[in-house]
Amino acid sequence: MKTIVCRCEDVTLEDIRHTLAAGYATVEEVKRYTGLGTGPCQGKECMLHAARLCAESDPFLGTPFTARPPLAPIALGVLAGEKD
Amino acid sequence: MTPTARAPKPECDIAIIGGGVMGLSIAYQLGKRGVSDVVILERGYLAEGASGRNGGGVRMQWSSEENILLMRESIELCRSFAQDVGINIWLRQGGYLFLARSERERAQMERNIALQNRCGVPTEMISADEARAIVPELNTTGIACAAYNPHDGVVFPWPFLWGYAREAMRSGAELHLFTDVTAIDQASSGFVLHTSKGKLRAKRVLNAAGAWSPAVARLVGVELPNRPHRHEILSTEPLKPFLKPMVSLLSSGLYFSQSMRGEIVTGISVDDVDDGSVKLGARLQFLTKLAREITSVMPRLSEVKVLRQWAGPYDVSPDGHPILGEPENIPGFYLCCGFVGHGFMMAPIIGQIYAEHLVRGTNHEVFRRCRLSRFVEGVTEPEQMILG
Ligand SMILES: Cc1cc2nc3c(=O)[nH]c(=O)nc-3n(C[C@H](O)[C@H](O)[C@H](O)COP(=O)(O)OP(=O)(O)OC[C@H]3O[C@@H](n4cnc5c(N)ncnc54)[C@H](O)[C@@H]3O)c2cc1C
Repeated sequence: MKTIVCRCEDVTLEDIRHTLAAGYATVEEVKRYTGLGTGPCQGKECMLHAARLCAESDPFLGTPFTARPPLAPIALGVLAGEKD
Repeated sequence: MTPTARAPKPECDIAIIGGGVMGLSIAYQLGKRGVSDVVILERGYLAEGASGRNGGGVRMQWSSEENILLMRESIELCRSFAQDVGINIWLRQGGYLFLARSERERAQMERNIALQNRCGVPTEMISADEARAIVPELNTTGIACAAYNPHDGVVFPWPFLWGYAREAMRSGAELHLFTDVTAIDQASSGFVLHTSKGKLRAKRVLNAAGAWSPAVARLVGVELPNRPHRHEILSTEPLKPFLKPMVSLLSSGLYFSQSMRGEIVTGISVDDVDDGSVKLGARLQFLTKLAREITSVMPRLSEVKVLRQWAGPYDVSPDGHPILGEPENIPGFYLCCGFVGHGFMMAPIIGQIYAEHLVRGTNHEVFRRCRLSRFVEGVTEPEQMILG
């Protein structure tokens, strides 16, 4: 059975376990190594699960990754003021 | 790379402050030369500094011979990275396309291309129409001409850090994450570093702390002229591969490329207060400025959505060239900083040259040119091809 943790980027529980075993132990490192939290939802769904997994060995390692703006995807044309 | 509560060993030959691409590249090259008594001290997680936040552009289009030749060698090292270091860095040589708007930019481009050609780099001056043949989506209104070198490219930055760190540790180096260097005492035979995980005695110290290097140098009483500058960047939703080169506008410093994941990665420089501190906040001002500029040169991108924006610190030296070697009054304290916005692409070759210097005392030409004292001697030749 496969457990998907990050649905945007198809990152599985096994991927995360593998990443932790390879020594990438913080949420920031797991994000970069697996791509978790880098899709359209930017971690809104998966970040907590990843943090919990990282915190298993040491609570400090479960520190959430820095949330990046914008809150939701926005088209460049909207930001340029071309359309609302 | 697990950060452990473990303290560094009490003594080492070389302590490297900063686990960014510079510190790690040098540690890796030292390991390859049999120097294993090395401790790397990194304040944050792996890739917390500029090395984890950059655009991954690698190019040979520069205005100084030194940079052209060094980057050419670095790109060669990128090409064999997978064999040498055992990790895929996703190098894609789609070229760099620089666009000029004014006659002044055209003249600068002509001079640079002539120099690049003399250095064996096949950059070509092309017309706006020819640029559109390479990137059909370009709006070339107002574009006078372009410079194109098909051998420039983009990489995925993080695997450099993972690969260098793993190989350095394999050859005996210690890497300590979440370990802050807070004070340095000069001792009779070397230095004593005070860290958040205890003391470390080191015969030699390398300051590879990037935009934080002036603060680290101040711990031994050395004032450096480099200043941190916030540089912002963003990534869009992934698109089907369509954009071959990295495109950049000389007039605004806008640059954009498509990563191997399909995202458009793009940045532009925005003014900032210079108070000497490292600022990493992401601003709306950047988003709107970038959006206006990119949708005017690439109207088709209007529909494309921004997924995330972030900032990283440029480590800006006054002439755009790095600061290398020992300050005259502190032997054993080595500087490796001031890489502005192109340190990532320099790291492979600088690691090699610096390790040779530390192991065999060889003095590559770059050490003379990049010595700290050039700023007081007043002999600097600014690099013009700095973006952002
Ligand atoms: C947005 C952006 C885009 C860029 N684009 C490109 C590009 O396309 N191509 C390119 O070649 N370059 C690019 N650069 C520049 C490039 O990222 C840097 O030049 C390069 O990463 C510098 O590496 P470094 O190791 O010197 O510094 P960093 O990666 O910043 O490493 C320094 C490390 O030192 C640590 N540190 C600081 N103080 C201490 C202390 N007291 N104790 C312990 N550790 C400490 C920091 O935490 C940090 O991790 C870009 C930079 C930015 C910000």
